Amino acid sequence: MTGHSAGEPVTRNAEAHHQLSIRVRDLNLWYGDTQALKNINLDVYQKNVTALIGPSGCGKSTFLRCLNRMNDLIPGVRLEGLVEMDGRDVNEAKMDEVALRRRVGMVFQKPNPFPKSIYENVAYAPRMHDLVSRKTDADELVERALRDAGLWEEVKDKLHQPGTSLSGGQQQRLCIARAIAVQPDVILMDEPTSALDPISTATIEDLMDKLKRQFTIITVTHNMQQAARVADYTAFFHLGEVVEYNDTQTMFSNPATKKAEDYITGRYG
Amino acid sequence: MSQSFDEISAQLRRRHRKSARLKWVSMGALGLAGLFLVLFFADMLVKGLPAFQQAQIQVEVDYSEQASQLPLAAVQEDVRPLVSRGYLRLIPGRMEDNPDLLGTTRMEWVLADGQVDQYLKGHHSKLSGSEQTVVERLVDQGRAELRFNTTFFTSGDSKMPELAGIAAAAMGTVLTLLVTLAVSFPIGVMTAVYLEEFAPDNRVTQLIEININNLAAIPSILFGLLGLAIFINFFGVPRSSPVVGGLTLALMTLPVIIIATRTALRSVPDSIRHAAFGVGCSRWQVVRDHVLPLAMPGIMTGSIIGLAQAMGETAPLIIVGMVAFIPDVGATFTEAATVLPAQIFTWAGEPDRAFIEKTSGGILVLLTVLITLNATAVVLRKKFERRW
Repeated sequence: MTGHSAGEPVTRNAEAHHQLSIRVRDLNLWYGDTQALKNINLDVYQKNVTALIGPSGCGKSTFLRCLNRMNDLIPGVRLEGLVEMDGRDVNEAKMDEVALRRRVGMVFQKPNPFPKSIYENVAYAPRMHDLVSRKTDADELVERALRDAGLWEEVKDKLHQPGTSLSGGQQQRLCIARAIAVQPDVILMDEPTSALDPISTATIEDLMDKLKRQFTIITVTHNMQQAARVADYTAFFHLGEVVEYNDTQTMFSNPATKKAEDYITGRYG
Repeated sequence: MSQSFDEISAQLRRRHRKSARLKWVSMGALGLAGLFLVLFFADMLVKGLPAFQQAQIQVEVDYSEQASQLPLAAVQEDVRPLVSRGYLRLIPGRMEDNPDLLGTTRMEWVLADGQVDQYLKGHHSKLSGSEQTVVERLVDQGRAELRFNTTFFTSGDSKMPELAGIAAAAMGTVLTLLVTLAVSFPIGVMTAVYLEEFAPDNRVTQLIEININNLAAIPSILFGLLGLAIFINFFGVPRSSPVVGGLTLALMTLPVIIIATRTALRSVPDSIRHAAFGVGCSRWQVVRDHVLPLAMPGIMTGSIIGLAQAMGETAPLIIVGMVAFIPDVGATFTEAATVLPAQIFTWAGEPDRAFIEKTSGGILVLLTVLITLNATAVVLRKKFERRW
């Protein structure tokens, strides 16, 4: 197994059960005149946790938002290259970003539940996508999503209270329940624990470990220990490039590049 | 060696004096403004409250054959000039509706002439010496007094002050504002939604934005001219009607609603939009299901304030002919109507002294409604205020 340097395609010698989820080739992105992503090549494997690490401003969040086209919302963003999922380029003209986001869910840095009831937070998206029609179906789906997010026991008696009345950690798990309620293939997490206390963080990390049986998870984190704990694969971003992409164990015990080693050992960051 | 506390204090004294002076000046300004407000209200109350009372006298009404032809004959000669002409005129009609009255004589409390009203309120009146004696006699007998003036709230304008009321103008105001609301609210809100949530930020939208802001600062009489030129002359909307008045005021209210809505939309945090986009909402779903409901209290507040402004507007309505003399209550959208401020304007120009109190009374009613509207806006804002 070798690490890779920028420019070359990154293909991990995947084991048989590691099927490709998202394939990224030669991805370049500009904010106006500033290039934020340079020649990104990355393969994301199904039902694994992939962590994106790197110093602030290295482009890892920008990259994450390419995967469900959230960058479309930012004026002045220009993008080149291929982001392929299920054999389709997600940026092609025919691709509906709503369909894409239905299959690629997202959890944000700061918990952002809708200012509606806990129940509505989870039931809203499935209802909007016509996944449920009857009330009993919706009830079932809400319970399943909240159970999967490890929140059911805490909120089952107050489903109709506002989602914003929960604690920060609970709100973030509610946001995870909201994301998984539409049964996406991939869940993007943009520093999901950076606004949480250590105990809530640990809960979310455990949850990611459970959720990867059903979903492909891609998470951005500033916390190296977190990447080491939860991720199967880790990509190290620096100045808009993927410096190294490896399985987590190799990345943390025996990094192939000097830059990654320096970052991981805390020499800069 | 650094300065001692005493040395620093000595230097500070001048600065403290300065800030104290500034404080007194600003408090003085506030006090002055408050004083003017109190004076204004006191003056309005003193002049306007009498309008809510009207003199009535008890006279013998003789429903004779003769009275059905000549209403004046229904009352005795000595009190004849003291009874309102308007009341006497109604007698034949009443006898027709109710034939039983014929041939009877009843003691009735009837509306007194405006001059009696002014005399009883201690104002200057045109009553002659002998008429004054009769009034005094009636007062002594308890047959003349000031009663609550229902006419003021139930009838339209009249050249006889004792019969003049604000009902027609109030009705016209309601109809006009309905038109204004129906036109400016949807257009204003949708414009703001487009500019804030959909439009790209380019030269064209910036130009539109600047123009909308400028529109809010245009003297209202110009909107009246615009309404006259476009709605009446070009589209042929009936002049003086609540439709044309409402449309004209809608032009004026639009920028207010657009600006208020944009501010309200902007105060909805982006995290909510991102959350909604993240679960696969289309842009319209994001706006309809998440952004608009959160912005609604702000939009309502802005719209109410815009409407209150429109309600107090007179100048553009003069241009489109809404300072009409409307004696009948119950206008329609297309018939000539007037509005409260225009009614006040009309009364203010009447030579008869009795109209001074009508003017002030109308102002009191208008102010009450406006203050109620603005208070509603404040309550709405407080009630639904959300902290993120």
